Amino acid sequence: MTKVKTLADLKKLREDLQEKIRLRESGEHPESLVQVKVAMATCGIASGAKDVMTFFMEELEKRGIDAVVTQTGCMGYCYAEPTVEITLPGQSPLVFGFVNSRKADEIIEKYIKKGELVDGIIPVTYQSINDNQKEG
Amino acid sequence: MKDLSLHILDIVQNSIRAEAGTIQVELVAGTDGKLKMLISDDGKGMDEEQVNRVKDPFFTTRTTRKIGLGISLLTQKAEQSGGYLTIESTPGKGTEVKAVFEISHPDCPPLGDIPGCAWMLMASNPGLRLIFRLVSATEEYEWDSNEINDALGGLPLTEHDVQANIIEWFNADFSKFKEFND
Repeated sequence: MTKVKTLADLKKLREDLQEKIRLRESGEHPESLVQVKVAMATCGIASGAKDVMTFFMEELEKRGIDAVVTQTGCMGYCYAEPTVEITLPGQSPLVFGFVNSRKADEIIEKYIKKGELVDGIIPVTYQSINDNQKEG
Repeated sequence: MKDLSLHILDIVQNSIRAEAGTIQVELVAGTDGKLKMLISDDGKGMDEEQVNRVKDPFFTTRTTRKIGLGISLLTQKAEQSGGYLTIESTPGKGTEVKAVFEISHPDCPPLGDIPGCAWMLMASNPGLRLIFRLVSATEEYEWDSNEINDALGGLPLTEHDVQANIIEWFNADFSKFKEFND
């Protein structure tokens, strides 16, 4: 396979991989894919969100799961970073806290693949400081 | 945060929140022994009052929490290694954050995984143009997400072979900067 050192090499690589290109029809409909949002604000990054994000990006691809992995800002759960919001097609989003590579593996195998709930879900009843103040 | 690549992830996140379309990250190893890290964007910018307050850890534009540590932590890192941090911003035009470090200072943080950071930002923000520039007196490299995506013609950056090759390419460029790697 071509060793990439420049953009021209990258074009050559694309030709090599042409048969592997899956221009997913569902790519235009992200709601039909698993959506993974990793909180990557200061609190998340300082707690190791980069490793978690890399893990999800690499492993979902390796395990053949059609998913969109994106980064998002702080969701207000700084105490539970790294946090990850997962939305399975047609379901409400779930936020998992204290995610490391091991937890991420469990989330992929149990929740994303089988729909089984795993420990570490942050209940939606938890609210940010501002939400509480608005009410109070 | 242990290294500068994590700070880059963090500051770039500010640019993304400021609705930037293009973000440029520039690392310049000067002949004066200084490392300059410039992160500029074409986002919505800040007015003078916001710029003056942004180094204050108890200031943030977020509504999810009441503190904003990103810029203050980076300022601390720069100042502890004989450097400084400046912010220039024009509302509607964009913002430039410049952090300067003295490379030989014992408290100068390591650069960390710059190639991995560049790939991650490009792969997780497909609609965004990200330009990484590495500059020294003898070497200059640029990684532009638009050019990379054009060359890939629809092949995702997360595809296993693409990822491995791009990171290897970025690492090869990055390793040529002895200023960054010593």
